[in-house]
Amino acid sequence: MAETLTGAQALIRALEHAGVDVVFGVPGGAILPAYDPILDSPIRHVLARHEQGAGHMASGYAHATGKVGVCVATSGPGATNLITPLQDAYMDSVPVVAITGQVATKAIGMDAFQEAHTWGISMPCTKHNYLVTRVDELPDVIAEAFHLAGTGRPGPVLVDIPKDILNATIPWHRPGEIDLPGYKPSVKGHPKQVKAAVELIHRSRRPVLYAGGGIIKAGASEALRHFAEQANVPVVTTLMARGAIPDSHPLALGMPGMHGNYTAITAMQRSDLLITIGARFDDRVTGDVTTFAPDAQVIHVDVDPAEIGKVREANVPIVGDARTVLEQLIETMASLLDGTEPPDREPWFSQLAAWQQEHPLTYHQDPDGPIQQQYVIEQLHRLTGGDAIIVAGVGQHQMWASQFWGFERPRTWINSGGLGTMGYAVPAAIGAKVGMPDETVFAIDGDGCFQMTSQELITAAIDGIPVKIAVMNNTSLGMVRQWQKLFYGERYSAVDLTDHTPDYVKLAEAMGCVGLRAETPAEVVPTLEKALAINDRPVVVEFKCDPEAMVFPMIPAGGSNDHVVLGPEDLT
Amino acid sequence: MKHVISVTVENKPGVLARISSMFARRGFNIHSLTVGPTEDPRLSRMTVVVDGPEMEQIVKQLYKLVHTVKVTELDPTETVEREIMLVRVNAEAARRGELLDAANLFAAKVVDVGASTVTFEVAGEPSALNDFLELMRTYGITSLVKSGRIAMAKDLKTTTKRSRLRTA
Repeated sequence: MAETLTGAQALIRALEHAGVDVVFGVPGGAILPAYDPILDSPIRHVLARHEQGAGHMASGYAHATGKVGVCVATSGPGATNLITPLQDAYMDSVPVVAITGQVATKAIGMDAFQEAHTWGISMPCTKHNYLVTRVDELPDVIAEAFHLAGTGRPGPVLVDIPKDILNATIPWHRPGEIDLPGYKPSVKGHPKQVKAAVELIHRSRRPVLYAGGGIIKAGASEALRHFAEQANVPVVTTLMARGAIPDSHPLALGMPGMHGNYTAITAMQRSDLLITIGARFDDRVTGDVTTFAPDAQVIHVDVDPAEIGKVREANVPIVGDARTVLEQLIETMASLLDGTEPPDREPWFSQLAAWQQEHPLTYHQDPDGPIQQQYVIEQLHRLTGGDAIIVAGVGQHQMWASQFWGFERPRTWINSGGLGTMGYAVPAAIGAKVGMPDETVFAIDGDGCFQMTSQELITAAIDGIPVKIAVMNNTSLGMVRQWQKLFYGERYSAVDLTDHTPDYVKLAEAMGCVGLRAETPAEVVPTLEKALAINDRPVVVEFKCDPEAMVFPMIPAGGSNDHVVLGPEDLT
Repeated sequence: MKHVISVTVENKPGVLARISSMFARRGFNIHSLTVGPTEDPRLSRMTVVVDGPEMEQIVKQLYKLVHTVKVTELDPTETVEREIMLVRVNAEAARRGELLDAANLFAAKVVDVGASTVTFEVAGEPSALNDFLELMRTYGITSLVKSGRIAMAKDLKTTTKRSRLRTA
């Protein structure tokens, strides 16, 4: 006879079946029944200090491990606090399952205590969502949620479970076959299209492989590198794809877009063929779309058909999984072009090299001046040998981290790209460290971002999650300040965060972490060394940085990628 | 230009909300939308009339919804379209006879008669409904309700068969 379980027990059992080893959450009234069987489960529960933290932890975990991250919250405010992380995960295609408690079925619609219409609120910011209405469907719904989150284009899925359903009982059954007649993501690219792509690539004189976050999601880094070498094509890696190909690789051009490097931006702009894989022509990459890459034909590979042709018409559309299609491209190219030579790309590679020479990413660290964030990032890279997972918030520090950290492996760069969620770094770093405990996880955060979610340091300290957080304290909301400086005549409005409050060292200590501070360039390396030597507790390092520093290159919003602004002098 | 799409969806709670939310979020305009059960109780079918040029995106975004099973853009020349409406018209005693004669031409059914109005039910092709409305405007329309279009692709296989039968 089947074992009888409560809905709550069935939920935890179904999570175990889905391979979950950790959930990040905050309990509350409606989700209370689910927290009892957690005590008897091998699943680890990390108690976040705010549901937003739990959501970003799940996302950081998913980014770092490639597995589905799980967060749990109660009804009402618990669920609404998850909305930002859900939208964040949706924009960046991060596989996350959110479990929320809901008021009892009879109370739904009665404006009950802690009631919110979670299903309706979360609909536009999830790949799919559920309101469980019968306890016997619970195991199947959980299995479906994990299937949807992790397959095709990954994304967040929310399961809202009323309290009475958690308390009801069912005979336990293993989840059955997934039955979703409307959900059949294509994996393999159409062979005819793949052949057409290979022929275009073979004829191209100025190809650029435009690699997006889909490469990393699909585990396609090896295939990408192999294909780039085989086809002899330079590769740009978007903000979400940093690490998809090693930055040290001779074909790697680095990051394109609003704060990309000159060569990556201009290579796309002058290209005759964009081989787009797992990227979506985001406005931060294209600048003004009407003037973007005017001479380029487009091959667009994406697992989500809706991305193809959404922004830029594709000459060769290929729907499929990035890795599978890359493997098809590799095979087709090998068999189709056996012995035939592509056109001479020497002029193209010489041009790229010349641009790299003329317009490298630069900064200047005055030994007697304030600390430059790029200097901290470079020194950290040197001291770790680049062997760390870097997590960023959103703003200047994020752009500098992406520009100046040489990424050598996929899943070592975790940031909020699409939604641009300030406060992402601290909780996402915690999630990443939980998933990859043997890696050094170093968050590079801004002072503004840090103040949005720093309470999660308590989670890190109490739960034994030794992350490291660099707070780049430029005493302001730096990116906003940069725009006010450049585009609002230096009229600074609501960007000043002050240089003394909070005291980040004391704050770190108050939350059970080690607090360190570097005030001058000379202190940067010794302070970083100290931080790297502490591995039993979380460490917060404050760097007193230059408030006047600005991120360049820059394409002003809506501007054309033809006009790369290399410094403030280019704007006058 | 208006396009008619037929969307087969799983018959699940909230599926209409998902579709309309997607249209709202992506900024697509819905001209009309009807929904009802199909021959298969697990499925519902929607007929959506949309305005605007983004047809390819609309179809792709519809497919992206997990409960969407099939999306077909219907070619107006190969589609049967029907709509029903209720229209209340001023009908003073002096003009009532003339009004009823006109309505007769359109096979409009009288469904309600008031002191100074007559209410018609008209069903048929959307263009016929519009023609009737044009005619009624001269009397003065006081109230109008339209069902929204339903549409089904013609069974072209059968038509060919029938025409073959006829020639044979």
